Amino acid sequence: MNMKSVLAASTAVMLAGPALAEPTAEVLHWWTSGGEAKSVAVLQEQFAAEGGTWTDMPVAGGGGDAAMTALRARVLSGNAPTAVQLKGPAIQEWYEEVGLADIGPVAEENGWDDVLPAQIAEHMKCEGQWCAAPVNVHRVNWIWGNKQILDEHGIEMPTTWDEFNAAAEKLQAAGVTPLAHGGQNWQDATIFETVVLGLGGPEFYQQALVDLDTEALTSDTMKSVFDEMRTIRGYVDDNFSGRDWNLATAMVMNGEAAFQIMGDWAKGEFLAAGKEPGVDFVCAPTPGEGFLYNVDSFAFFELDGEDKQQGQALLANLIMGPDFQQTFNLNKGSIPARTDVALDGFDDCATQSNADMTADAEAGSLLPSYAHGMALRGAPAGAITDVVTAHFNSDMSSDDAVAQLADAVANSM
Amino acid sequence: MEWLERNVPKLVLAPSFAAIMIFVYGFIAWTAWISFTRSRLMPRYELDGVTQYQRLFDAPRWDVAMNNLFLFGGLFIVISMVIGLMLAIFLDQKIRAEGVLRTIYLYPMALSLIVTGTAWKWILNPGLGIQEAVRGWGFETFTFDWLIRPEMAIYTVVLAAVWQASGFVMALFLAGLRSVDTEIIRAAQVDGIPTHRIYSAIIIPTMAPIFLSAFIVLAHLAIKAFDLVIALTGGGPGYATDLPATYMYAMAFSRGDLGQAASSAMIMMMVIFAIVVPYLYSELRPRRDQ
Repeated sequence: MNMKSVLAASTAVMLAGPALAEPTAEVLHWWTSGGEAKSVAVLQEQFAAEGGTWTDMPVAGGGGDAAMTALRARVLSGNAPTAVQLKGPAIQEWYEEVGLADIGPVAEENGWDDVLPAQIAEHMKCEGQWCAAPVNVHRVNWIWGNKQILDEHGIEMPTTWDEFNAAAEKLQAAGVTPLAHGGQNWQDATIFETVVLGLGGPEFYQQALVDLDTEALTSDTMKSVFDEMRTIRGYVDDNFSGRDWNLATAMVMNGEAAFQIMGDWAKGEFLAAGKEPGVDFVCAPTPGEGFLYNVDSFAFFELDGEDKQQGQALLANLIMGPDFQQTFNLNKGSIPARTDVALDGFDDCATQSNADMTADAEAGSLLPSYAHGMALRGAPAGAITDVVTAHFNSDMSSDDAVAQLADAVANSM
Repeated sequence: MEWLERNVPKLVLAPSFAAIMIFVYGFIAWTAWISFTRSRLMPRYELDGVTQYQRLFDAPRWDVAMNNLFLFGGLFIVISMVIGLMLAIFLDQKIRAEGVLRTIYLYPMALSLIVTGTAWKWILNPGLGIQEAVRGWGFETFTFDWLIRPEMAIYTVVLAAVWQASGFVMALFLAGLRSVDTEIIRAAQVDGIPTHRIYSAIIIPTMAPIFLSAFIVLAHLAIKAFDLVIALTGGGPGYATDLPATYMYAMAFSRGDLGQAASSAMIMMMVIFAIVVPYLYSELRPRRDQ
């Protein structure tokens, strides 16, 4: 039934076009690893089944940096790809630099506004017009625990940061590493943003990390966030330097550490190792309220040529199709961006994530992740990360950190 | 025919000359222009004064990167030269199996810096490498955790770079030692001058040009050092081991801040000029004794 509606809708789009050109799409993305590559292949098949010609342009490496470099070269030479994996404010930044295609007709026809949370829909619009299609929603503020260790020491998943500290101290006294963490900038930033959300609350998070309000950045709340970061540094083992996130996840899996704070891509590691949620590992939102999202999406460049424009319309339609949203996200471990997709086959963590997303969207606490490039453009986000990681890895005082934070943000403008 | 004969060298050189003009000097000029604009994700060409340089000098991370460059560069060059010279002198004592030893010392140079960095990352990791091994032998309190201490991490980069380059410096010096006229050395030995005086008063002074070459090679290695830092520390802990090259990479490719990256590249180039220009001057000026 799902497939049928996609078919019907996309045929409608194709018929609506004035000429009967064959849709083509050249798609630039960096989904090259196992589950991700499988997910893209699904899209590719669906595209071909609709009579389209798909040219794959995967650029691996650097968490998308290499793909962005390729994109820049293509755009500069006046030969932009049809669709590009872009996310967050980078979509609007590219729109301002070179212009993106208007996919409004597809979006309106399929009622995207009704099925997407308003906050996420906003990311897909450039000056009010639809210019990108969301693929999935990753929740960033998760804390993962090793069930066996927690049961052994009689520890519940923490709901406040004080509880987390108490649990960590108990574990440390028992000779267990409380927190598995990798010393890479973005991982430090990931913990930082969950602490900002937890200690400051959604409103403070919005002021500090989205609006970059100087008062919030230099407030006492921010100082207490840095105090907590210093405390957390004490719960990390000595070998964390440069460790990749999946190795940190493996530490929780193998019982070498009790907790990890990481987005729900960590779940993929647990599941791939045959661990079951609720039995071998537990997932819970990090202490505090709110939902930090990291949404992958595809943006469409402004191009001439009937075939390419039809390709863009078809692609946008397929990406937002309930069928693809379900298959893709089952493969990738995230949840569909559409709120009306049946969650059959998704695990408990994903179901909770989906329920929280809807609830937080209504409560206004559905917020973009700064550490994963959803809240800010590259330069200010990087400037904040510099301060966070410098503080976390040295003996800088919270007062100095707060002062540096304000300076760095001002300097990045 | 005669015209052709006279102009063949020029014709042959012309393509490479043109290529260098465009791809080296043309792009340097382009980068310089970009460094005076507010380019972000894509290059923009409206000039905007020295904003990017002000931002650069206000950024604490850039200060760290420049300090690291001088600290790393200085220590790397001096230690590599000292160790290289010592190895060369020891190998020059007409010892057995010199060929084998020379190859062993030279071998690290054959490795890519990525390999060196990754190997040293494991060796220096407190939980996997030296510290763990020594503790395993019974010295429970032994600590060697420079890699995770922000104030010491830059020295681990020096350590790995010296390990890589000193064999190469040794080969340079060894060639230099062999080129010293043996007649002079024999004469000195006949006069009963002690060996260490022969080295300090005769051999090393005649090797001055070799020192200069070694210095230039090492200096440009130091300024270019990028892959070693990426593999060994990733610029961390925090950004404690950032170098100008890694700073520029982060700005240009991760953060979409081209103007900032261009201005840091210009400063790097000026640092290189500060070293290379005096060298070229001393090499190219007409010698009085010739």
